[in-house]
Parts: sequence; C-alpha cells; structure tokens
Amino acid sequence: MTARNRRQSAWIFLAPMLIVLSLVAAWPLARTLFYSTTNATLIDMADYDFVGLGNYLGYSNGRWYGLLTDPQWLLALRNTLFFAFVSVAIETVLGVAIALLVNARLPGRGLMRAAMLVPWAIPTVVSAKMWAWMLNDQFGIVNDMLLRGGIVEAPLAWLGSAGLAMASMIAVDVWKATPFVAMLVLAALQTLPRDCYEAAQVDGIAPAKLFFRVTLPLIRPVLTVAVIFRLLDAMRMFDLAYVMTGTNDATMTLSVHARQQLVDFQDVGYGSTVSTTLFFMIVLVTALYVAALKPLGRNP
Amino acid sequence: MTTRAGLLILWLLLALFLLFPFYYALVSSFTPGSDIFNARYWPASPTLANYQAVMTGQPFGRNILNSVLVASLVVVLSLGLGVLAAYALGRVRFAGRRLLLYTILGVSMFPQVAVLAGLFEIVRLFGLYDSLLALVFSNMILTLPFTVWVLTAFMRELPVEIEEAAIMDGATPWVLVTRIFLPLMGPAMVATGLLAFIAAWNEFLFALSFTLSNTQRTVPVAIALITGASQYELPWGNIMAASAIVTVPLIGLVLVFQRRLVAGLTAGAVKG
Repeated sequence: MTARNRRQSAWIFLAPMLIVLSLVAAWPLARTLFYSTTNATLIDMADYDFVGLGNYLGYSNGRWYGLLTDPQWLLALRNTLFFAFVSVAIETVLGVAIALLVNARLPGRGLMRAAMLVPWAIPTVVSAKMWAWMLNDQFGIVNDMLLRGGIVEAPLAWLGSAGLAMASMIAVDVWKATPFVAMLVLAALQTLPRDCYEAAQVDGIAPAKLFFRVTLPLIRPVLTVAVIFRLLDAMRMFDLAYVMTGTNDATMTLSVHARQQLVDFQDVGYGSTVSTTLFFMIVLVTALYVAALKPLGRNP
Repeated sequence: MTTRAGLLILWLLLALFLLFPFYYALVSSFTPGSDIFNARYWPASPTLANYQAVMTGQPFGRNILNSVLVASLVVVLSLGLGVLAAYALGRVRFAGRRLLLYTILGVSMFPQVAVLAGLFEIVRLFGLYDSLLALVFSNMILTLPFTVWVLTAFMRELPVEIEEAAIMDGATPWVLVTRIFLPLMGPAMVATGLLAFIAAWNEFLFALSFTLSNTQRTVPVAIALITGASQYELPWGNIMAASAIVTVPLIGLVLVFQRRLVAGLTAGAVKG
C-alpha cells in the first residue's frame, strides 16, 4: 500500500465523521451567525428581513438600540461572568485541596475516590432538583440544619432572594464540579517524582513551601487545562439555572437568555444574536486553552 | 498522632459533603407524602409510594426507555464514526491533520445555544421535531468531538509493528481497522462509550427544545417538568423517587468502570 493510497483511504475514513460534524456543528453555527442579522421568527424561519447589525447595536431617532444596550442582556452577561469566575475559582482551590487530601495515605482511599465520582455521575438536572429540595425555604434540610445549629434565627429563602439564589447556584456547581478538578489534579499528583519529596523531607522543608515551590509548578499544566475546561463549561451553563430558578433575573445566564428569546419569545433573530456573543466569548477562552495546551506537548 | 486524626476528620467531612445530597434524596424518596415536610435525616417509616406514583402518574417508564434508546444510539454512532476517524487521524500522516484535530476540539467547546437555531431548522426540515431521532442527531455535537479526540490519542499509542505486519500480509485499511485495531481498542472504547452514554443520558437543552409531548421526553426533561397541583406544591417525594431511579444505575455503572473512566477522562483532558 503506497503512502498516497493510505492518504486517500484516510479521507474516506474521515468522511462520515466530517459530514456529521458539518451537519450538527458547522452549518447550524453558520445559520446562527446569519440569523443574527435578520428579524426571523420561529413561526416561519424562512420569512425574514435583513436588519444588518441592528440586533447588536443600532441608532435611530436619537436613540441607541440593540443587544449592547439591552439591560436584560447586560444582566445575563454579568451573571454569566460572575458565576463562571467565582465558581471556577472556588472549584480550583478546593479541587487542589481535596486532591492533596485524597493523595494522603489513609485507610479507605479507594472508597473516597469512588465517592468523588458520585456528584459527577449524577445528571445535572437531578442535582439541581436535589439541591432545590434541600434548599427549599420552608421544608428544606439546609434551613433545618442552620436553625438547629442556631446559626440563623429564621429560615432563609435560598432560591427566592437574588443574592442567595446566585450563591446557591454556585454552591451546587462547586459540589458537582470540584470532584472533577480534584480527579484531574490527583492523576497529576501521582505522576510526581517521589525522590524529590523524600529529599525535601530529609532537608526539613516546610510543607507549605514544598507545595508552592515544587508541587504547584509541577501540576500547573494539568491545573491550567482543568481550569479552562471548567471555565468553558461554566460560561455556557444552562441546565442548573433553568431547573433551579427558571428564567429568573437573578440567575439568568447567557444560555438561558438566548433560549428564552429563541424558543419562548420565538425571536430567532435576537436569540441568535445573544448566542453569537456567547459563542465569541467561548472562542476567546478556547484560544487561551489552545495556547495553554501547546507547552504541554502531549496533544496527538 | 494529631495530624492523622485531623486528616481523618477532614476525610469524613469530605465524604459527607460528597454523598449527603444523594443520601438525602434517597431518604426523601422513601418518605411518605404526609411526612416529607418534616425534615428527616433517615426514613422513619419507609414506603415505596413515591416510586409507584412516579411510575403510574406519568409515562416515566417510557421516558426511561427513550433515554436508553437515544443514549445507546448516540454511543454506537459516535464510536463507529469515531474509531474510523481516529484511525485516519492517529495512524496516517496527511496535510492538515493537526488543523483538523484542533477544529474538532474546537467543536467540543461550542455552546449548545450557538447551534440551536440551525439545528431547529434541520430538525424541522427532515420532519424530526418531537421525535427521538432529533435528539440522537443533535447529541452528536456533544459526543462525537471528544470520542474522536480520545480514540485518536489511544490509537496513536498502539505499536506500529502490528500495523506494518498486517500491511505486509496485504491487509486493506478496512481490515486493518476492523480486525486489528478494533480488538485492541476495547478498553478505550468502553471508557469513551460510557462517557458518551452519560453525556447523552444527561443532555437537557436539546431534549427540552426539540420534543413536545410527554411520551417523547427523555428523563432529564421529564424530571425537570414534574409538577404538582400548583406551581408552589411540587411533589418532592415523586421528584426524588424519579431522580433515584435514573441515578442509581448510572452511579453503579460509573463505579464498576471507575478505573477506565478516570483513565478516559484524564486522557481527554491531559492529552487533549
């Protein structure tokens, strides 16, 4: 078999995958970009007028209009960024701490690793419902614990008040995603050279110093990948917000906002505009990801 | 030793943090309706009433079947297309290979809402609205990119000698992939297949947007849309029973394949 034959057959093997991916990814994305310049509606998507960039920003009769001036979009943007940065920051710190803890040789380590997979394996919709029940203002177990412990005087409306609803959503995401970060970090910790640590122990180097000088630099590549993975996931988050609090202003993310415009309000043009802005935010973070991946040199 | 005792306490707290929510869901699912509003830390008088209610009050059996069908088809298609593509990407050198790999990785980063309008259009065009095929089709964007990526990473690690020997014996690429590589890819296929199954099983946005009738819904949508007599009286016992039904098998699967799964996950993240 010549090299040329091999290359030809390679494209034949790639073709089915490429066709499917263009149908589910490339073409629909192109349509979204296209629709963001129209006023199409869901009732008849073929019946539309071009509005140029008016969905993004326009000016008429002395007033600016479009998405960039829309308080609802700005709110969704703020919520999304706040949620993504706060939850990923907590997940990273907590994930590393848990990985270090589980890496210690204690009885039942295998069981603990299994337990770490549980929050990750539970469907997000189920997690959202479980936590919504635990955080129920009247009958929830969380309020029950806080009342019994004398920490609060009256039950808190976890999902009913703006600040607490966002905090609750972050807490659920932390519960669900921290084990994932911890698992990746744990895998990295187990590849670290042991003699290095034995030498440090002999020299009597403080554990904190050892962590910041040796461990952290060595796990940094994996940690970077984990953080960017999580950031991408958090920025496009939909299910958690939608199931826990519906299309509530306090927790509305860009994905919830986009779907609300597109499906509930049937406004394909404006919904596509919201989706497009989210897409480009994701592209930016993905570019960071690829840049972070290169020095790893382990990509296929 | 005090540090050891301290570690053990942290250890127990961690286990509590990880497992308590699911434990509490189970407790609630066995608690009779009248008792559910007194916060219970263990089931005082366990009953299966909530399970009966959720299975008879709505087509939940059908919803489970839908989820199994969709997820299984997605797994078969993703692995089939993925292993063929992984052969080309992992074993053959050709121009544009790296660009293609990065593009595929890029697709796995797409926010689902960015393709929602376009998928809606295709789904309608082919008359798939409110059908399971619409979900199988749209779920491919979630599973295919990482399947290709992880299988390519595994394919590259296989020794080149096997391939050379087979080519010497006159094996065509098709024979090479199906007879030589496929059996060797077993563990990788199990790990990626399971990840794809979980992704499709948990998918919510497409299932919510592309189905309408109760009988076409998958499990996540069915659970999200369980409602009571009014918006303020959600039947929490039923919701927790439904959650337990769909989560226990999943946790079982994950624990059985724990090692392979973690290998697949870390390969996906570290290698790709």
